[in-house]
Amino acid sequence: MVEDLSFKRLPCNERAAVEIVVEGRKVIAYEGDSVAAAVMHAGLRPTRKTALSDVGRAPYCMMGVCFECLMNINGKANIQACMTEVREGMVITVQQGARELVGEIR
Amino acid sequence: MTESMRSPRGSSEVAVIGGGLVGLCIALGIQRQGLEVTVYDEGDIALRASRGNFGLVWVQGKGDNLPEYARITRLSAKLWAGLADDLTQHTGIDIQLQQQGGLFVCLTESELQHRQQMLAAMAQEHPEGYPFEVLDLQQLREMMPDIGPEIAGATWGPEDGHVNPLYLMHALVNRFESLGGQFVNAGKVNNIVPQSGQFLLQATQGTFSCNKVVLAAGLGNKELGPMVGIEAPVSPNRGQVLIAERVRPFINYPTGHVRQTVEGTVQCGDSKEDVGLDTGTTTNILAQIARRAITMFPLLKDVNLVRSWGALRIMTPDGNPIYQQSEQYPGAYLVTCHSGVTLAAAHSGPIADWIATGANPTVDLEAFHGRRFKL
Repeated sequence: MVEDLSFKRLPCNERAAVEIVVEGRKVIAYEGDSVAAAVMHAGLRPTRKTALSDVGRAPYCMMGVCFECLMNINGKANIQACMTEVREGMVITVQQGARELVGEIR
Repeated sequence: MTESMRSPRGSSEVAVIGGGLVGLCIALGIQRQGLEVTVYDEGDIALRASRGNFGLVWVQGKGDNLPEYARITRLSAKLWAGLADDLTQHTGIDIQLQQQGGLFVCLTESELQHRQQMLAAMAQEHPEGYPFEVLDLQQLREMMPDIGPEIAGATWGPEDGHVNPLYLMHALVNRFESLGGQFVNAGKVNNIVPQSGQFLLQATQGTFSCNKVVLAAGLGNKELGPMVGIEAPVSPNRGQVLIAERVRPFINYPTGHVRQTVEGTVQCGDSKEDVGLDTGTTTNILAQIARRAITMFPLLKDVNLVRSWGALRIMTPDGNPIYQQSEQYPGAYLVTCHSGVTLAAAHSGPIADWIATGANPTVDLEAFHGRRFKL
């Protein structure tokens, strides 16, 4: 995991703190944050590895269109992090390549 | 397209109207015979089955009402590897042809029985042999471990396969242009005027002349055909397609309803609707497609869908192709089918040779004459 703390929070209305777990590390986010915003602020890079070539990616459009922000959230693979709000205790990990279906249900 | 940078030539030995898979394959094949070929394409507003199709190279069951259609389909399937090799070798584009056989999965016993009867009847009509197998659920599971429990079985066709139709189209355009062909965004061809052994094409973006003209305009052939004395009673039939996210490979053979691409994308489809020229999608049909796909592969239950679209098949009244030269205006040809992917290798091979040189293919083309619709 590359740490990149280039994102800073701008002042805004006060919101309740939410504790999430990003790659095994406890991180404080705020109610209303998207998972994508929270992990970027926490310095997580990359947030996924691509399905075919295993190359690192990070959130891009932040509005549900580009699918670059896919992550594993609470054990579910390929979730759009930019479209998911943080919840207390949420467990978030990097999406490693293509989603593995076999063994998920069988 | 880089071609629009060059000004299109005013006349060609052969003009192909329609820059989809059918037109491009034929243009490429005619060009191989040493003729100068121009493809006139309507542009991006064209109703384009070549972009919306399912990508199957499919043999089993095709031509159950016309043995010649089964023959040309199998001929094309046999020639497909050569076409794919040629395109990949010369363009560097891997069109992802996989031809290790395909499965038509049947949900109910009666569906399976009906299909078995159809294929058995076809085998009777083909003394050269018509390979297929009927698999019960257990046999099917040995081939596809992730098939669902509520399946009756499947029919197996060893000649079936699939390809990436978009890479195919890309490779065809590249190959055609690299051999000197011109691909012209001409807008709609509004009129074809036969003129002392030549043809004048009046398109929105210009007027062009040619010695031979091939109508490969899909649904547009209905309007264009009569201009050169050929009836093409084609009508649209919509298929809707669902695209799921990329997942690790688990569907190892293409099926008639669900396939997984080399990249891991799962494509589900095979609806048929008569809705005119509407290329939209509807929730109820997409739900049916999804339900069938999940019954076939329960693992799909939690998979995310990322896209859906509708595309129009080009159907003749009996579902079979038309290959026809105009009796009234020799030198004008019409080609139409609903399987531009499967028939790609036949089109770029024997059909193109027939148009370029008059050489008769091994399959009797008389059976594909449009006069059958007048009986």
